Amino acid sequence: MLQIDGLGHAYAGHPVLRDVDLTVRRGELVSIVGPSGCGKSTLLRCVAGLTAPARGTIRIDGRPVAGVPGGLAVVFQEYGRSLLPWLTVRDNVALPLRRRGGTRAQRRAAAASALDAVGLAAVAARRPWQLSGGMQQRVAIARALAFRPSLLLMDEPFGSVDAQTREDLEDLLLTVRGPEMTILFVTHDIDESVYVGDRVVVLNGSPAGVVADLPVTLPTRGEQIATREQAEFVRLRAEVGRQVRKA
Amino acid sequence: MTGTGRIVRGATGIAAVVALSELLAVTGVVPPGFLPPASAVLARAAHLVVDPAFLAQIAATVRAWLTGLAVAVAVGVPAGLLIGGVPAAGAAVRPVLEFLRPIPSVALIPLVSLLLGAGRTTEVTLVAFAATWPVLFNTVYGVQDQDPVPRETLRVFGFGRATVLWLVALPAAAPFIATGVRLAAAVGLILAVGTEILAGFGDGLGVFIAQAQQVVDGTVDVLAGTVCAGVLGLVANAVLAGAERRLFHWHPSQRPLSPRPAAATARAVRR
Ligand SMILES: Nc1ncnc2c1ncn2[C@@H]1O[C@H](COP(=O)(O)OP(=O)(O)OP(=O)(O)O)[C@@H](O)[C@H]1O
Ligand SMILES: [Mg+2]
Repeated sequence: MLQIDGLGHAYAGHPVLRDVDLTVRRGELVSIVGPSGCGKSTLLRCVAGLTAPARGTIRIDGRPVAGVPGGLAVVFQEYGRSLLPWLTVRDNVALPLRRRGGTRAQRRAAAASALDAVGLAAVAARRPWQLSGGMQQRVAIARALAFRPSLLLMDEPFGSVDAQTREDLEDLLLTVRGPEMTILFVTHDIDESVYVGDRVVVLNGSPAGVVADLPVTLPTRGEQIATREQAEFVRLRAEVGRQVRKA
Repeated sequence: MTGTGRIVRGATGIAAVVALSELLAVTGVVPPGFLPPASAVLARAAHLVVDPAFLAQIAATVRAWLTGLAVAVAVGVPAGLLIGGVPAAGAAVRPVLEFLRPIPSVALIPLVSLLLGAGRTTEVTLVAFAATWPVLFNTVYGVQDQDPVPRETLRVFGFGRATVLWLVALPAAAPFIATGVRLAAAVGLILAVGTEILAGFGDGLGVFIAQAQQVVDGTVDVLAGTVCAGVLGLVANAVLAGAERRLFHWHPSQRPLSPRPAAATARAVRR
């Protein structure tokens, strides 16, 4: 579905990414981890068509990306600033659905159910700036999920919520993902990358490239604690950690 | 400072000025024929504002003023969006604007009167010209240097550039535009009354002032008319400032100091 070949990018002469190759199948959930500042957000910006890469090609369904691909949703790392302060929380979630057609009532209903899914039904009529950082982050997640994107880019989406909510959101993501939704999931949390991903891609180096691409094959996926106790989970976590720390 | 506190202090200041002027008149420091006491001016103004003939004059001025403002908004906002939102357009137009802007609009009254004749068209044109600048520059200021994240968010969801301008750039700039309109209202009133004074005939508050000037003992009328013009400006400012507070409560400058009432009401995530 997504094919990245020889991607390279530099900011004002400072190389950030070099020779990034990555192929993602439709419906796959790929975790991307790497040290802070290595270029994970830059990679997502290139895929989203917001930044034109200096080198290499990005293809979606075989077509080179020029501009923003259709059916895309992004949860920005700057989630708070990505919400419009003059709209209510519900209208923020409903706004992108205009691209999907449907009546105003249908859009509002879809927004309400997405907010309900992230536990924010009670604050639908508030403004984003009246919410805590973690709540704002969940609004941005609800907005992306309500859109039912075919390609979902998430940049550190669960960074500002408490541990329990984080686990709930991880499980929510695993519930709503479907065979038609391809997901790139950037995270700092090595445990999380293994828990949600079908694959974990490690970016590292300066400029950064793909240093590891590890399939996640857990015998059973189920409840949080049990999953994280499996020997295979522990082994993968250690391997990802080694690749991230490697200089 | 609270609203009532401000009003009390303002009223105290006005009362002090009125009292001082009375004192100057009563003690004869200022001869009564030279500058009438404030009480006489205020009494005359109070008498005028219930006089239908005078109200018709005011209405004529207000109509020209508002028409000119409407033109200024219709021109200034789209032009400002273009100049601030499309860098190439901004670079091309800016030198022209920087040349035109320092010209005091009042200096154009004779020229425009010559071209368009001394009438309503001239007045509206001059109000519109003077009022366009604050609207235009505040719109440009509000649109450029905007946070790119909200715009990128909408672009990512597939909205085109024009739609993003309409859905994000314009609302985000709206508080700045409103400030521009408030400044434009003030300068527009100057141009409306000023044009009327220089024309000297027809209808309008400025015409009333200009004609009172020709009459023996017209000073009271001149001052009463001036007070009315001042009150018009004050009212316009108060109405617009109130509208800004109501419309832009979401803007950081208008928000209450503690912006998070009762957070963390819902944490649980449903499956
Ligand atoms: N707009 C920009 N202009 C110049 N340099 C930039 C810009 N954006 C990012 N960089 C630089 O590029 C590098 C990679 O940035 P990027 O945001 O992609 O990292 P990241 O992996 O997402 O980091 P983090 O995990 O901290 O979010 C950093 O060194 C950063 O300083
Ligand atoms: Mg980042």
